[in-house]
Amino acid sequence: MSGVHTQSGRVSLAITESRAIRLGLIGIAVLFLGLFTVLPLVVVFVGALRAGVRIYLSSLRNPDALSALRLSITVALIVVPLNLLFGVAAAWAVAKFEFRGKRILTTIIDIPLAISPVIGGMAFMLLFGAQGWFGSWLRERDISIAFAVPGIVIVTIFVTLPFIARQLIPLMREQGNEEEETAVILGASGWQTFVRVTLPNIRWALLYGLILCNARAIGEFGAVSVISGHIRGVTNTLPLHVEELYNEYNSAAAFAVASLLSLLAVLTLVLQKFVGLHQSGERRSRKAGPEGSES
Amino acid sequence: MKNWKKHDIYFAILLSLTLGTAPRLCAQKPVAFLNVSYDPTRELYREINAAFAAYWERKTGAIVTISQSHGGSGKQARAVLDGLEADVVTLALAYDINEIAWRGKLLAVDWQARLPYGSAPYTSTIVLLVRKGNPKRIRDWDDLVRPGITVITANPKTSGGARWNYLAAWGYALSRWGSESAAQDFVRRLYRNVPVLDVGARAATTTFVERGIGDVLITWENEALLAVKELGPAKVEILTPSVSILAEPPVAVVDKVAKKHGTDAVARAYLEFLYTDRGQEIAARNFYRPRSEQLQNKYTRQFPKISLFTVDNVFGGWTKAQAKHFADGGIFDKIYQPGR
Amino acid sequence: MATALRVNMAVGANRSRAKDTPRRVLPGYGLTLGFTVLYLGFFVLIPLSTIFVKAAGLGWQGFWTTVTAERVVAAYRLSFLSAFYAALANTMFGFLVAWVLVRYSFPARRVADAIIDLPFALPTAVAGIAFTALYAENGWLGSRLIPFGVRVAYTQLGIVAVLTFVGLPFVVRTVQPVLENLESEIEEVASSLGAGRWAAFTRVLLPSIWPALLTGFTLAFARAIGEYGSVLFIAGNMPMRTEIAPLLVMAKLDQFDFEGAAAISAGMLIVSFALLLAVNALEGIGRRQEP
Repeated sequence: MSGVHTQSGRVSLAITESRAIRLGLIGIAVLFLGLFTVLPLVVVFVGALRAGVRIYLSSLRNPDALSALRLSITVALIVVPLNLLFGVAAAWAVAKFEFRGKRILTTIIDIPLAISPVIGGMAFMLLFGAQGWFGSWLRERDISIAFAVPGIVIVTIFVTLPFIARQLIPLMREQGNEEEETAVILGASGWQTFVRVTLPNIRWALLYGLILCNARAIGEFGAVSVISGHIRGVTNTLPLHVEELYNEYNSAAAFAVASLLSLLAVLTLVLQKFVGLHQSGERRSRKAGPEGSES
Repeated sequence: MKNWKKHDIYFAILLSLTLGTAPRLCAQKPVAFLNVSYDPTRELYREINAAFAAYWERKTGAIVTISQSHGGSGKQARAVLDGLEADVVTLALAYDINEIAWRGKLLAVDWQARLPYGSAPYTSTIVLLVRKGNPKRIRDWDDLVRPGITVITANPKTSGGARWNYLAAWGYALSRWGSESAAQDFVRRLYRNVPVLDVGARAATTTFVERGIGDVLITWENEALLAVKELGPAKVEILTPSVSILAEPPVAVVDKVAKKHGTDAVARAYLEFLYTDRGQEIAARNFYRPRSEQLQNKYTRQFPKISLFTVDNVFGGWTKAQAKHFADGGIFDKIYQPGR
Repeated sequence: MATALRVNMAVGANRSRAKDTPRRVLPGYGLTLGFTVLYLGFFVLIPLSTIFVKAAGLGWQGFWTTVTAERVVAAYRLSFLSAFYAALANTMFGFLVAWVLVRYSFPARRVADAIIDLPFALPTAVAGIAFTALYAENGWLGSRLIPFGVRVAYTQLGIVAVLTFVGLPFVVRTVQPVLENLESEIEEVASSLGAGRWAAFTRVLLPSIWPALLTGFTLAFARAIGEYGSVLFIAGNMPMRTEIAPLLVMAKLDQFDFEGAAAISAGMLIVSFALLLAVNALEGIGRRQEP
């Protein structure tokens, strides 16, 4: 039984505020949101287009900017599937089985969310830098991780690994094991069970987590900044490139590239909203249960 | 394999893409090398690299791609020590390259003798940049310690330029008051007027120019001239102090890395290019004082005569200066009390 | 639940059997758990342990001296305080936003609901330059505030502003579902018993919401402590005044003072872990409160 929903717009007068208060509260809320979310976006686009459309386009077509774009996309293409694999595996393990230390496991998964990205980047620097634990081992084999693309990939994996898992774990826990167990009893293999039974139930949460993971993978700055080496055209991701341009008195170009990232952010929000609509519809029907009873 | 579904195939493709792209991204392209440089030289090397690429192609037919990395000189040196694979380093002071040679054993210890002028193809000096109209009426170094004056300079721990700044101030005080203790007192009072230490010379310029913090910026001459050019003489003006330090930013091939990459020859040619007429002209155009006398005459208006002292004369060389002032527990650590 | 019972009995897997011999119906336990543990070990546990090992290299004395140095303490204080203020602002306004979104209808409500997630989707560097441009002396907002003597950019105020942005979704998204699931009957009963709106709010609603509020606050707080990318541009990096802890760590890294950086990070990590545990506990309380 849901609370007072605004979709219907109908609310019992006894349990709501006076119109004046309502309007006042809405006003404050909208002002707050506008100040903190809309205005910064507007500033980015205004700054980007201030020098004219031609400079805007040439900033985006600049070879270093394109390399940064390529690098960011490459990193996302590697990081997101890997974290997807992890998210699914972790959610399956946590939701379908009982074992000790489950709490600890989920807490560890949350760690990248709670710590500063700079610390994350530094940890990998301590591992893979020339003075690091694996430093000489890597040097001997001529493998570059720090100051090179693999380092950026690894660090981005660290920063974004909770996202998909955190979407799936509570959902799969909520959904319980009955359907999967039934499938197994009826003779399905583990893989078939996952694909035919679990996947359809979690696909929207999966998609939601994927979109979020992707946005964060492209946008990560602090951790990548530590390990990147800032080599223009080689190890600068888009956010790092924005910083580089900003440091070169080139604010028009910096905002131009930033506007690209902002467009991506807005697209992310739109996709999330779209997926979210499907998600809530699905959760409600799932909650109703096969026999119409609440679980 | 026969039970593979679509998703298995996708996964296999993704996996092989991953494994395929990763080595490709780390591998070197043929005739490409990395120039790890200090903070203000972005514009300079953009021009140099284009000119050198044209020159090299004319000479050998090969296409060369030069990547750049910029940052505070000290920070860059330590990055190279930590594994940043520079074929060539073009840093702000000899000490930083010496660190790479001694600690990292990445190039020969006598690297400085390999190229003319102690491997410094151009020089610069330290000047002051103030707001247009000089509202705080700053004339020379001693105005920087006036109460209420905000001074912007970079962090000597990470920036090469910042160390030149510090030594220039110290040298001025020595020439003015004669004693080491007076100099230390002067520099202490100067740094008390410094609210923030950026990581590199360019970052400090950004703080002064873009963020609008500070009344005066102590920086490289080339950086100050560039600021005037970029922002217009309507915003900032250069103040040439009565005396300053001769800054000689050196360049070197990182032997071990260049040998490994096979870029030895092209890297050496690249550095030698900096001494050619073309290279010197580009340097002068980008506000670096060329070694070539002919060009010095041509650009005499841009580079006013300043009374200059050197690190060797006043401080006994960089090794001594670094140990005394900038090492952990050195004089800078003692005098810089942030926020006090 | 009835289905589960039937299935269990059919399989003969008696759940009340001794714990040390669990019969697992579903396959994949070893595979998924093993992969998960390996992944976490490689990407989380081992890297983080390097920090503690490096910090430990200083010895207790050295660690303590580093961490209690004036500049470090100032950075910690600034980080925690700024994060606290930002989280507080987010709790107040976030609650308001959640309330307004759930209970009222107004034009562009959908847009408002969607845009709350912007801080998750927008790269921190972009937020950094945007806020700096907004609040600099010559920025849209900065220039309007200067006459009042209010400086935002390069002061603590700017840091708090940007941290508020970064933590904005946390409170809203934690409180929203709880508000949505509130039963209106309770409020109706309170109202019919003569409670005024404010009394109903404080006595009836708040008690059910406070775990979510606190969880949101803690999440926003934890996030804000570690924020780097956006603060980098708007803070002045003035040691003792506008240098937050992550910036100090970065400065130490720039000087390749790994031990110092590790020591400061270790201090922050301990706090982060404590916050994580707090959030876990709070979420547990929240779950128990659910109808």
